[in-house]
Amino acid sequence: MRHWLIYCFVFSILLGCSSEDAKQDNTYVPIPYQLDIPVLFQNKLIDPIIPIDNQLTVEGVALGKRLFFDNILSVNNTKACVSCHSPQNAFTDSNQFSVGVTNTSGSRNSMPLFNMAWNFDDRYFWDGHALGLEQQALEPVIDAIELGNDSWEPVEAKLNNHPEYPQLFKQAFGTSTITKTLVTKAIAQFERTLISGNSKFDKFSNGEVTLTAQEQNGLSVFMDESKGDCFHCHGNPNNPLWTDNKFHNNGLDATFSDLGLGQVTGNPNDNGKFKSPSLRNLAYTAPYMHDGRFTTLDEVIEHYSTGLQPSSTIDPLMKKVGQGGVNLSTQDKADLKAFLLTLSDPSFINNPAFIQQ
Amino acid sequence: MKKIFVLFTLLIVTLSCHEDFDDNSVLTPKVDFNFTHNWDDTAINSSNLETETVTNANGEVINISSIRYLVSSFQLTNLAGETYSFEGYNLTDLAIEDSYNFIPEINNIPTGTYTLKFVWGFNEEDNIDGQYQDLNTANWSWPEMLGGGYHFLQFDGMYNVDTTNPLPFNFHNGTARVSEGVFEQNFAVIQLDTPITITNNTTIEVKMNLAELFTNPNTWDLNVLDTDLMPNYQAQKMMQQNIMSVFSIGEIAQ
Ligand code: HEC
Ligand code: HEC
Repeated sequence: MRHWLIYCFVFSILLGCSSEDAKQDNTYVPIPYQLDIPVLFQNKLIDPIIPIDNQLTVEGVALGKRLFFDNILSVNNTKACVSCHSPQNAFTDSNQFSVGVTNTSGSRNSMPLFNMAWNFDDRYFWDGHALGLEQQALEPVIDAIELGNDSWEPVEAKLNNHPEYPQLFKQAFGTSTITKTLVTKAIAQFERTLISGNSKFDKFSNGEVTLTAQEQNGLSVFMDESKGDCFHCHGNPNNPLWTDNKFHNNGLDATFSDLGLGQVTGNPNDNGKFKSPSLRNLAYTAPYMHDGRFTTLDEVIEHYSTGLQPSSTIDPLMKKVGQGGVNLSTQDKADLKAFLLTLSDPSFINNPAFIQQ
Repeated sequence: MKKIFVLFTLLIVTLSCHEDFDDNSVLTPKVDFNFTHNWDDTAINSSNLETETVTNANGEVINISSIRYLVSSFQLTNLAGETYSFEGYNLTDLAIEDSYNFIPEINNIPTGTYTLKFVWGFNEEDNIDGQYQDLNTANWSWPEMLGGGYHFLQFDGMYNVDTTNPLPFNFHNGTARVSEGVFEQNFAVIQLDTPITITNNTTIEVKMNLAELFTNPNTWDLNVLDTDLMPNYQAQKMMQQNIMSVFSIGEIAQ
């Protein structure tokens, strides 16, 4: 019996070795990547969505990161995703309108990138026109005012002729033939690892720190239906994403030069609706709103307090539109701002995993 | 060894027999629930939710922008007084037709004639702040300062849309705050007496007449009670009363 066991053991080792060899010969099997999900998110939120056909791997994430930072994706090798989505700005930039390869600017403010694996509707851009991160990443490369290529073919060719990329794609996806589909898969993998869950408020939720009286009152203003009433669209302590990822008209304009969601759905009821941004990391993401019209948080708060513009699609939650807004006291405005700033996460913008090495 | 083998075979045979019974839908049919919505005679669904113009009992003309509500603790009781309880809860979003269906995870019951009872919102035992990840993710929490837990209803829209000055309303329902730090349960037990005969797998239609939210016993005047209703004890209690006549049993599909 004992002998038999030993034979078994030896045999299994042999088997193990030979299959290892086989792997190296034919297809390298990438290592599954474990998302580092904050405990608070594990407790409060449902699991993030990772497409079945694009599971995260260590090799895929590393490749996506390299591509995100690489000017090779632009027509003249001068810009990359990171040019408009910079780590120190929580992956947006500080311009009202970003400039791409042509040095001309668009009409929308760049968007911060984090916690996107919890965007369960999976709709991206201010107007939600891209479905899925993979789909989203197809666009900037061939957007004339972003990375400026006419089509993906020259980009694929540059990557296929690169001394290192073919090998990296082989390790991540089992083929060294680089296509736009694989490029966007890799980038999406990296983007899903961009998790921000370590702000002062997160630590407060975890019982590690306390809020100041001012921050505490700011939270009350945020949560009080008769005061700020921000939580119906921007999350709450039980929804640490600090957004509903839905589309609303928050009363910026009486008439719309940018139809937002309405342009995408063709439904006039959707005109002037844009995706609620997360209120995390506001300290790093100015200017604010889809067109970057506000340079400070004070201006944003003043908008909700006295600046609301009526229109046919204004959200009913902008309930004091008749009086211009929720008319917060000077003290409440200051406290609300102090609370909002507790949602910023310095460890996110300094995370070495998210910065070019 | 031999004995064990015999026992094992027996076990397998019994197990598979048992499964046979389970498969037999006539003995223990599966039951699920389908919520449908109307404003009196007008059916409301995801396609006309935002376009239909409706009038409440008090005469205000309304456009709806969104409606979500929570129901839980479903129970079917047969003529012998035996009660079958179903685990789970359902958050219906009128903009998403899939969410109209509540299919409890374990939903087999014996054939028979039943009546349905369920809870509007969560009862006190279930209404635990931050407890349900899917509801947290759906931004469904009720503020801690108002007693915490979850919303039961979010009904938002504009009224007086037939005038030059339409105004927003936020008809939100949940735990009632009596005074600072003092809260009162505000869920409602909906007991529908229409008998439901179940002989096979069944979908029970539960009809929700949204107009009733503003009708009975309190004729709701939106000009007085339109927004800031969450912290308004009186408004919360009136909603709890009005909800009692909103639901009825519809079609029983076998
Ligand atoms: C020239 C600046 C620029 C470049 C380069 C750029 N972006 Fe963007 N990005 C933007 C702007 C502006 C928006 C918002 C545009 C809109 O809504 O119409 C945006 C939106 C996004 C979003 C949507 C986020 C959300 O929450 O909906 C993602 C994801 C994104 N970009 C990823 C990328 C990736 C990946 C690349 C590189 C392949 C890239 N971007 C290159 C400016 C840029
Ligand atoms: C009806 C839903 C809704 C409510 C309620 C609401 N917001 Fe917003 N918020 C939005 C939307 C939508 C945007 C983006 C609008 C746009 O760019 O067109 C936004 C944008 C913002 C921004 C800019 C963020 C960025 O990155 O550009 C801040 C800050 C903000 N809101 C704070 C608040 C505060 C504070 C309150 C409460 C006083 C509040 N919001 C209430 C929907 C809402």
